[in-house]
Amino acid sequence: MYKILLCWRYLRTRYIALVSIVSVMLGVATMIVVNAVMEGFTHEMQDRIHGILSDIVFESGSLDGIPDAEGHMREIRKVAGQYIAGMSPTVHVPAMLSFKVGSQYVNKQITLIGVDEATYASVSDFGRFLQHPENRKQLDFKLKDGGYDMVNHEAPPSDGKVTRPQMAVAGWPWRRQKARFSRPVVAPEGSLDRNPFAPKTDATSANGSTPEGEVFDPATQQHDGCVLGIALVSYHNHDGTDSFLALPGDDVEVTYPSAGTPPKPLSAKFTVVDFYETTINEYDSIVFVPIRKLQELRGTINPATGVAAFNSIQISLKPGTDLNMVRDLLRAHFSPQIYLINTWRDKQGPLLSAVQIETAVLNLLLFMIIAVAGFGILAIFLMIVVEKTRDIGILKSLGATGSGIMGIFLGYGLSLGIVGAGMGLVIGLLFVRHITEIADFLGRLIGLELFNQSVYGIPNIPTIVEWPTVAWIIFGAILIAVLASILPAWRAARLHPVEALRYE
Amino acid sequence: MNDLTSGPTPHFSGRVHFAELAAATAPSRTAPAGIDGRARPSARSLRPFEARPTLLGAHAVSKSYRKGQLRIPVLENVDLTVGQGEFLAVIGPSGCGKSTLLHLLATLDVPDSGEVSFEGNRIDNLAGAGRDILRNRYFGMIFQAYHLLPELTTHENVLAPAMIGASTLGYLRRRRQYRERATKMLHLVGLGHRLKHKPRELSGGEMQRTAIARALVAQPHVLLADEPTGNLDKATGNEIMALLGRLNREQNLTIVMVTHDREIAAAADRTVTLADGRVLAA
Repeated sequence: MYKILLCWRYLRTRYIALVSIVSVMLGVATMIVVNAVMEGFTHEMQDRIHGILSDIVFESGSLDGIPDAEGHMREIRKVAGQYIAGMSPTVHVPAMLSFKVGSQYVNKQITLIGVDEATYASVSDFGRFLQHPENRKQLDFKLKDGGYDMVNHEAPPSDGKVTRPQMAVAGWPWRRQKARFSRPVVAPEGSLDRNPFAPKTDATSANGSTPEGEVFDPATQQHDGCVLGIALVSYHNHDGTDSFLALPGDDVEVTYPSAGTPPKPLSAKFTVVDFYETTINEYDSIVFVPIRKLQELRGTINPATGVAAFNSIQISLKPGTDLNMVRDLLRAHFSPQIYLINTWRDKQGPLLSAVQIETAVLNLLLFMIIAVAGFGILAIFLMIVVEKTRDIGILKSLGATGSGIMGIFLGYGLSLGIVGAGMGLVIGLLFVRHITEIADFLGRLIGLELFNQSVYGIPNIPTIVEWPTVAWIIFGAILIAVLASILPAWRAARLHPVEALRYE
Repeated sequence: MNDLTSGPTPHFSGRVHFAELAAATAPSRTAPAGIDGRARPSARSLRPFEARPTLLGAHAVSKSYRKGQLRIPVLENVDLTVGQGEFLAVIGPSGCGKSTLLHLLATLDVPDSGEVSFEGNRIDNLAGAGRDILRNRYFGMIFQAYHLLPELTTHENVLAPAMIGASTLGYLRRRRQYRERATKMLHLVGLGHRLKHKPRELSGGEMQRTAIARALVAQPHVLLADEPTGNLDKATGNEIMALLGRLNREQNLTIVMVTHDREIAAAADRTVTLADGRVLAA
């Protein structure tokens, strides 16, 4: 009982011990904040990776792919049907993108992905990253009449500023305007002979491909649609706005390899119908086109049966399903020589494990802060033991045992640890909750923008408080406080009562 | 003065369980025998100057301290017996070893040679835990510098032996009794109005009274006093001595007091003079 009472009194009267509380507190708060932010960014990144990769990716190793996606999907359903929420076949090929800026062509290396627009959104968050609200609901590869976002819709600027003014005209208005300026002034042959008052027989529908023999009119017609990764045609300005080299409505030329060995370069025109923006550069350099068109262009459709080749099938699973379990189920059924079956985590393994190692190293380093705080406690406690030498002698003369004296100081260390860690917890959680305001304030203070939302493409600094991590941090801090008080407590317990009583 | 302690409080007749003391190695304890108010067997009343059975004794004890290579002898072959109910004063000049003798009697220190006995049993060779229990339950100690715990109030200081002796749960279960007893002891020494004061708010005499209350709260068999009036002015010192004398007479409390002051020692039944670590013939 006297241990508890004295611990409590020492805690309330020894203000020097509060110094060690502060260091424990700061260490704990820092670790909580850093872990929350790391976890937040990791989660955000995984979210985006997962946005393009479905839960399980079923791939063929060859560029030409394997025929019959339908047949394979039936087979997959037979093996693991009860876990599967959706499937979508895709074709992946390396390609070149060319588009005209002014009078010059810009060439870029891209990954060309043929997607089935009807099912692709069901296997990944693909739609979420598009710029037109209707495309976000359902992509149809048709150019829209305008209404494209003029800001990053994932992270709209807090002040309501338009950061992408060029997008105002994107869509058909832009296409018509460009067609007007680029239309040759030479009158088509025979047009002067035609009766201008005769009823028009022009039956080409907008958004359709040109029927045989018709002249393609860029003002009213589009090529097959494609979705460009936004990083291919945009750059970020110093004042926070974005500039675009091409807009939805522009035509681009894609050079892709044909099927067969060796592959020959072929090219086709596509009309940009939307941009894809994940803020992960690797993914923002992808071009999506309709799968059927790509299969047709590459010549992988069997003319006799109409069966086309695919490179991969994206499989999404029902929520809560163990990805690895389904992966292993499929791996057991499909020959590993022909099929590569991986979860999205497997595919991004190096990146995810790099982040994990980064977090672990950061935690280790930050834990050193708390360890340093431990040495502070050690020093202050040794001082307190010297200061309390006579009291220790008194307690011993009253019959307190060595272990009882040790208990006072261990308990004191424990309570310092608990108080420090508790205060650190509160401060850390408050910091995490108001991190954006704090970052803004600090930014204004030092004149630097600490968190540029248009760089990261998210409105706020992402934070996730993982309670098991927090529990470990607090446990570690308290443990260090107790460990640091062992030596002083042991010294106190070993004091000779007579010498302690005589101590002045 | 009969109302000052709870019921019959014979300070020397509560049985000391030496088997328990010898076996005590762990800090697990039961409550101090007297403090919870359980009645002990009634007192044998003894008149002063009658031959008394020995309560506490030192037999041919020697003690020396080391200072680097040097051995400084403090006590050499000291024999001392304290009878039950006796008020013994050990006098001698500063540095004659009288405090050391008191510490040996209180088992705060162990002699180099010789024996210390208590109620007929040797106590200097007990293990640490046994000596801790002995000090907690059967010895009360007061010091020249009072030695109160500065963080605790007067009342809590008096309660300290109970808190030390009892387990946390045991203390909490009987805290009412303990607190009442501590209050009663403070009233006994005339400090009933100072329960909530910290030691630094008290005068020297009040601090020494608090120390006496603390020493008596566990109903010890013997009170060991180390220059109890050394830091006090004459008048206050006399008050303290009057209190000790009253406790000795009315409660039959055995007191061993060391002092350098012959005038103070005169209040005792018997005086033993110590010089250069030896007992001088009376």
